[in-house]
Amino acid sequence: MELHTPLYETHLKYHGKMVPFAGYLLPIQYEQGVIKEHMAVRTRAGLFDVSHMGEILCKGEDALANLQYLLTNDFTNMAEGQARYSPMCNERGGTVDDLIVYKQKENQYLIVVNAANKDKDFKWMRKHAFGKAEFTDISEMTAQIALQGPKAKEILQKLAAADSIPGKYYHARFDVKAAGIPCMISQTGYTGEDGYEIYMDGKDAPAMWEALMEAGKEEGLIPCGLGARDTLRLEAAMPLYGHEMDDTVNPVETGLGFAVKLQKEDFIGKAYLPGKELLTRKRVGLKVTGRGIIREQEEVFVNHQKIGFTTSGTHCPYLGYPAAMAILDTAYTEIGTKVTVPVRGRQVEAEVVGLPFYKKGLSIRSGNEKEKYGIK
Amino acid sequence: MQVLEDLFYTKSHEWIKFEDEKTALVGLTDYAQKELGELVFVNLPEEGEETKAGASFADVESVKAVSDVYCPLTGVVGTINEELLDAPELINESPYAAWFVKIEDITDKVELLSAEEYEEYVQKETEE
Repeated sequence: MELHTPLYETHLKYHGKMVPFAGYLLPIQYEQGVIKEHMAVRTRAGLFDVSHMGEILCKGEDALANLQYLLTNDFTNMAEGQARYSPMCNERGGTVDDLIVYKQKENQYLIVVNAANKDKDFKWMRKHAFGKAEFTDISEMTAQIALQGPKAKEILQKLAAADSIPGKYYHARFDVKAAGIPCMISQTGYTGEDGYEIYMDGKDAPAMWEALMEAGKEEGLIPCGLGARDTLRLEAAMPLYGHEMDDTVNPVETGLGFAVKLQKEDFIGKAYLPGKELLTRKRVGLKVTGRGIIREQEEVFVNHQKIGFTTSGTHCPYLGYPAAMAILDTAYTEIGTKVTVPVRGRQVEAEVVGLPFYKKGLSIRSGNEKEKYGIK
Repeated sequence: MQVLEDLFYTKSHEWIKFEDEKTALVGLTDYAQKELGELVFVNLPEEGEETKAGASFADVESVKAVSDVYCPLTGVVGTINEELLDAPELINESPYAAWFVKIEDITDKVELLSAEEYEEYVQKETEE
């Protein structure tokens, strides 16, 4: 049986097409469909229910020391209200999960993890905990709504005081109010656009959703489902656990070396994590130059030699071409390398390109497209 | 859901429009395109290829998934609708105008439904 998020009834009201995902019933899309939802986030704003994400509180005198040992990033120089992204590795350097740590105050951190990994992560953290540090799973009572897109700030400003809205990427304000509802506001997201993630008590989530929808009417805010969330993150080349990384792929291979601090003292997986120069395989972008869409878990070839596999792939609605991410033998990762990917019995040609495919502010393809999606 | 009176239908949601006994156009129904969502890619067979009634002969892709399209007729692919290759969204916009292929030299077919039968069939399927 799938669980419902606190916004389940709201999704039905907005005609969300509900599907099982990470143990929850969530909308894959609403009436307008994945492409229009995707374009709304790139050009205006979109609203997502991400209440399925897991939240774990880490408290105690040794909280920081525990994080330093559990996670690959360095949290020693964090200020209150700051957020930091980090992989969490197993002993062999494979990835247990990727997550975001918020420093709420001295000795108190909020850790946001992937829904599908929540129970595994929580067990892993408790198993390795030491000293005075307590891990508490608060996912059940926490709802999360993501407001994403170039108009996100304008919309949120109608509901929250200026000093309740964080001013910088990867910063958060705790114990603030939006639409009169107690919440935490974080300037983060998974779309490649500016935006916020708003955390609140589950019972307040429907009211927050409606308040945001009402506030965003003028700006063209629409609800968006998991489909658009996936195409948006793929265009922005943001890795997804279970695709670009898992227990057998280390975060340096995924391209997350910036969040792996090999110079800090011992942490789980350190001995097996190579510096960039020692990598044997790594994540790249593939742009389809032939005809077809490359999906995940397809083999990649150069001159009939297998050089790796794809991890995600789809048609990119904003860029207008199909693209994929792949983990390839480093000898073949030079930009411009021509590869072939057999898809359902056909050879699809592609080329290694730099990541991300899409960067905020990239202008759209043509006048026709602008007209089609109502962009001025 | 739109169903046209003068077409035949299959349980796998293709429509067939006979030009004569040996020649027919094949496409995807309105119900099918709605279920699949916005299509972004279509892969058609080659002209001259032989088709077998009930076998997959084309596929359509949305941003999320790829789905097979089955050929209801045994015959030969006479013409493909090349327009669809560049504009798969035509299938969503007007499914009964967006034919995939013209099949010629038809020698066999799967069980075909009338418009009325197809409508009943879809209703039953969605109720389940």
